[in-house]
Amino acid sequence: MAAPTERSARASIPLLFQARIALPAAWILLVVVLGLASPWLPIPPPNAMDFLAPAEAPSMKHLFGTDLDGRDLFARAVHGARISLFVGLVAPALGLLIGGTLGLLAAYYGGLLRASILGALDLILAFPTLVLALALTSVLGQSMENVTVALGIVSIPAFARIARASALPLLTREFVLAARTAGAGDPYILTREVLPNMLMPLLTYFLTMISVMIVAEGSLSFLGVGIPPPAPSWGGMIAYGREALERAPHVTLIPATVMFLTVLSLNLIGDWVRQRTEAKEGGLS
Amino acid sequence: MTAASFIRNIGRRTARLLAVALVAAATTFFLFELLPGSLADAILGEDARPEDIAKLEAELGLDRPVVERFGGWLWQAVQGDLGQSHITGEPVARAIVERLPVSIELMLLAQLVGLAIALPLGIWAGYREGTSVDRAISGGAFATLAIPHFVLGILLILVFAIWLRWLPATGFVPFSTDPIGNLRSMVLPTLTLALVEAPIYLRLLRSDLASTLREEFITVARAKGLSDRQILLQHALRPSSFSMLTVMGINIGHLIGGAVIIETLFALPGIGRLLIEGIIKRDYLVVQGLVLFISVAFVAVNMAVDAVYALIDPRLRHGRTH
Repeated sequence: MAAPTERSARASIPLLFQARIALPAAWILLVVVLGLASPWLPIPPPNAMDFLAPAEAPSMKHLFGTDLDGRDLFARAVHGARISLFVGLVAPALGLLIGGTLGLLAAYYGGLLRASILGALDLILAFPTLVLALALTSVLGQSMENVTVALGIVSIPAFARIARASALPLLTREFVLAARTAGAGDPYILTREVLPNMLMPLLTYFLTMISVMIVAEGSLSFLGVGIPPPAPSWGGMIAYGREALERAPHVTLIPATVMFLTVLSLNLIGDWVRQRTEAKEGGLS
Repeated sequence: MTAASFIRNIGRRTARLLAVALVAAATTFFLFELLPGSLADAILGEDARPEDIAKLEAELGLDRPVVERFGGWLWQAVQGDLGQSHITGEPVARAIVERLPVSIELMLLAQLVGLAIALPLGIWAGYREGTSVDRAISGGAFATLAIPHFVLGILLILVFAIWLRWLPATGFVPFSTDPIGNLRSMVLPTLTLALVEAPIYLRLLRSDLASTLREEFITVARAKGLSDRQILLQHALRPSSFSMLTVMGINIGHLIGGAVIIETLFALPGIGRLLIEGIIKRDYLVVQGLVLFISVAFVAVNMAVDAVYALIDPRLRHGRTH
């Protein structure tokens, strides 16, 4: 009954609807494709210095200009996308995997297991997020992998909380009781009955966390305690350009703009997905 | 609330605070046990001579069993001794006490300015829900959320310090030597931190206010002939600000992280910059002491905020939501 009106309503605002999601999606697609293809693109190596061309403004030869050591900023921005994508996807994936499992177990089992899982999560929550990430990278050492692990650990409690909150109401639902009555074991019920039904909120949160993690990696590298130079991390590039902010603002502003557009696009996409899934879940219940 | 239950409540909170602080201390201590090799190796570096390492290990008491060392470290920490920097020799606790006022000033000013930005804009957008004013304010807030602290700070430096030359970009003037200079040096750092926090508060206030304005008691107030200003400020604002206030409390961890970044960016001598410098110089005892101090302070502030909510919100005071 509602379907035709919904479809006509959507058809009447195609332009707005498309611009709101198409532009961010196109930007993210561009960042992903360029980032993945960067080793094969006809661009200079990201760390190749040209001391004869320091801090050049954007031109046909250097699309984004060069930085203070004459390194091509377009090449660095594109290679930096690889770092941002790696940290932005792998760190929340670690959080999702570990936090999701812990949350599910803490929802299903009681007693000592639940108490120790919740206790371990409280332990992570006893620290401000960035301070814990700093302490972890300080101990683990500064590299892309260690920054990713540190940020992954920091994101565990939120994923666990969401997993537990979405699993708890499912455990008393008919289909779980039916599976149990039919003689299904715990692993079957958890992975086949409960898990598929709690994936949506977890994945929505995962989407939100991608941009949070890109910003976190940028912050750590900006502070000089993340991914060490000369790796072209966007945050590191911004910190490096700061020294010549007055003389050559583009060295800072270009990576800053790239980062802003990426984070904004991810937020817009996340918002759009969240609105749609929430509406859908509301419609079901 | 009776006096007895009030005291019991405080006792329970204090016990919980102590428990979490102890857990935070243990985590901090054993985190630094994860360092490859001993702390002495890490301090002296890879090229250190074995006899120097042995000497420093004895000095730091690293030859004792780990549980004994944790006990000793904790006992000293309780007495306010967090060890000393092996680079400058300055006691960590003294460095914290000296630099803490800067960080607290930054965070308090940022919360105030953030609220001063979020309140009027949030009320305006909520009042005009769905109009172009609302779309402009909400859209601006959404876009601002995508600007990281350090990018926003650099933009403000570029505009106000380099192009307009109104304010100093970096450098800190202590309040005791020159109050005006102190406030001038705090304007850009405060504004940066406030502009990151304000959109979060603004969005919550806007949506809560918009839904409050659809409630029946607002219709009644309108029917009584009250002006929009009276309805907004006297009737709608208070019930609409709870989630914003809650998030302001929860947000303290975010605020601390922001302060660390902004102190480093603007070269403010606060504890955040001390932490970053400690990490870069591998001054592990400073880092360890600071992480302990920050986490205990964080937990204590969180619990204080909880307690204040219990006083403000009658539902929590009577424990009905639990």
